[in-house]
Amino acid sequence: MMQPGLYHLLFISAALFFIGIYGFFTRRNLITMLMSIELILNSVNLNFIAFNKYLWPHKMDGLFFTVFIIAIAAAEAAVAIAIIINLYRSHNSIDVENAEELKY
Amino acid sequence: MNLGLQIALIPLLPLAGFVLLGLFGRKYLKKSSGIIGTILLLASTVLALYTAYEYFFVYGKVAGAYQKFVPLSYTWLEFSKGVSIDMGILLDPISVMMLVVVTFVSLMVHIYSLGYMKGEERFPTYYSFLGLFTFSMLGLVISSNLFQIYIFWELVGVSSFLLIGYYYNKPSAVAACKKAFIVTRFADLGFLIGILILSYSSGTLDFNTLISTLTSSGTGQAKAVASTFLGASAVTWGAALVFIGGAGKSAMFPLHIWLPDAMEGPTPVSALIHAATMVVAGVFLVARLFPVFSITTPGVLEIVGWVGAISAIIAAIIACTQTDIKRVLAYSTMSQIGFMMFALGVSKYGGEAGLGYTASMFHLFTHAMFKALLFLGAGAVIHYIHSNEMKDMGGLRKYLPITHITFLIACLAIAGVPPFAGFFSKEEILLAAYHNNPAIYWIALFTSGLTAFYMFRLYFSIFWNKEHHPHGEKQSEGGFSMMIPLILLAIGAAAAGFIPFGKYVSTDGTVLESHFDLQFSALPVAVGLAGIFIAMWLYRKESERPGKLTASIYSIYKTAYNKFYIDEIYTFITKKIIFNLIGKPAAWFDKNVVDGLVNLTGKATAEVSEDIKKVQSGKVQQYAIYFLVGVIGLAVLFIYIWK
Repeated sequence: MMQPGLYHLLFISAALFFIGIYGFFTRRNLITMLMSIELILNSVNLNFIAFNKYLWPHKMDGLFFTVFIIAIAAAEAAVAIAIIINLYRSHNSIDVENAEELKY
Repeated sequence: MNLGLQIALIPLLPLAGFVLLGLFGRKYLKKSSGIIGTILLLASTVLALYTAYEYFFVYGKVAGAYQKFVPLSYTWLEFSKGVSIDMGILLDPISVMMLVVVTFVSLMVHIYSLGYMKGEERFPTYYSFLGLFTFSMLGLVISSNLFQIYIFWELVGVSSFLLIGYYYNKPSAVAACKKAFIVTRFADLGFLIGILILSYSSGTLDFNTLISTLTSSGTGQAKAVASTFLGASAVTWGAALVFIGGAGKSAMFPLHIWLPDAMEGPTPVSALIHAATMVVAGVFLVARLFPVFSITTPGVLEIVGWVGAISAIIAAIIACTQTDIKRVLAYSTMSQIGFMMFALGVSKYGGEAGLGYTASMFHLFTHAMFKALLFLGAGAVIHYIHSNEMKDMGGLRKYLPITHITFLIACLAIAGVPPFAGFFSKEEILLAAYHNNPAIYWIALFTSGLTAFYMFRLYFSIFWNKEHHPHGEKQSEGGFSMMIPLILLAIGAAAAGFIPFGKYVSTDGTVLESHFDLQFSALPVAVGLAGIFIAMWLYRKESERPGKLTASIYSIYKTAYNKFYIDEIYTFITKKIIFNLIGKPAAWFDKNVVDGLVNLTGKATAEVSEDIKKVQSGKVQQYAIYFLVGVIGLAVLFIYIWK
């Protein structure tokens, strides 16, 4: 079985990133959008791990950053879900196109 | 007491009155404000008389000539070394004389107003304005430099504006005060430019230095004469422009149009400002700079003389036809100031040739007495009749005995009947004109005949003519406070002529012996008496004669009655020419170009913002796209372009 190299990992990371971007721009459901953001974050995490392992295998910086990002992503998800719940209570919907009051 | 302080107190006391009554008068000093103002002015008058006594008899004369003193000088604004605006006091015979005239007449008016203005709603305000005016006028006469005199000049203008517009709910008074202010302001523009030219060419603002630089031949004078503009030297232009300022304030033709309208103010104010003090400021100014006028720019002095003579005769002709008694007096004032002006104009500097200068100052002094008296007397008549119109009067001699006698004295004085004051001063003026400019002399002689005629027309129309039938309750002549000033001024008008004026006031400070020539005096006196008799024949009894006379010379009468249409000419020039040719295009430019530019920027901003505000759509995903595009753009920028 072939050992995966740096480029494989970077390819997967880039794919995840653009899937996340695509999802964020095309979906109207806020939960799905949140999920897309998680994909983007995790693609970044994968980048950190890959560079750490293949370029500076004796250092731990990439790992630490990943752990931080996971913790912050959890907190961010909690905040985002709280916002979505409040939006649902006031608008009876979590469609992003129904929340357009904040404009000129 | 320190001399500087003593003289500074003379104007500062009325100023204190102005501040005190202006701030607290309406609330706390409603009744006593008149008394307070009068007492402060009495103190000023006493100080002024004391100063005059000391100057003329104790320390003023050094080596046979009256000297100029500067007892107080304080540098107020320094522009550069040598050029500064000072606040100072200049004592010389004319400033000391003016101190006495201004404080005395002002005191008379203060006392008179106690009775005349009693019961007025804004009594304290009136007295505070009087204080402001007296302060400004006194400051003007003791000014030691050109800029200081300009400051007080404007203050005088403002206080005159306030006093003319005292009855501010009367539209005619409001229009009159605006007219007076604008016309004199217009003339003051000339004055200011003149000051700048004179001070630039002499390098100083101080009177003494300025006069000595410009009159003694040296580098200063050479420089001032050398630089020319439109064929006249800088100093000529400066002197002419200063004279325009003086002509505006002194109501000289053609800037006189404000004076008759200024009679809308209370009558005592007319007596103070528009007869005895402010209107002679122009004469005073020319006299103050007289050495410059006569030695350096004799051409301008010639203009002064002719402007004075023309004003004198025009005003006298108009005065013969007016029916409002205050307007007659206003034109008479203008005519008499014309006398003072041309007396300066025909004078020369130094010795016997300076007779015109002495005569002019002498006439200023005596005129202040009898013209203030005439105005106050007219005030008493108006107070009694409640009308300004001559046709409402007549036969008042029994009802107003004191006013009648004092008015008669003043009329005799102004008509130049010996031995009243006007005779002496007018004789000197005529004598000076006779020797220097015969053309002006003949104009002046004719004018003095007219003067006698219109004054006695006024006198007979008020006190004789038809019978007076008092209706309603019997009225008194006015209180004690109104009669005292009349009597005091009548004494002045009767006796002031006996002051040997030439001993005290002359161009160079030395004694000028005035000698009367009976043969010379005969003609003017005869002309004056002829004027009086014609007036008596026409107006002593109610008759058809005046009507027939006016009918026979109707077109001339009509022209004079309408003041030679000078007001109409002004209206034509301002309304038709200035408004249409300058004002309207300027307004168009302002509305379309200036406002258009401002509106264009506003409109452009509004349009652009209308378009770009749609960026803020409220759609989260759109924002995210902007953000993404921005990030990609920056990435491209940093990776490929900005290496």
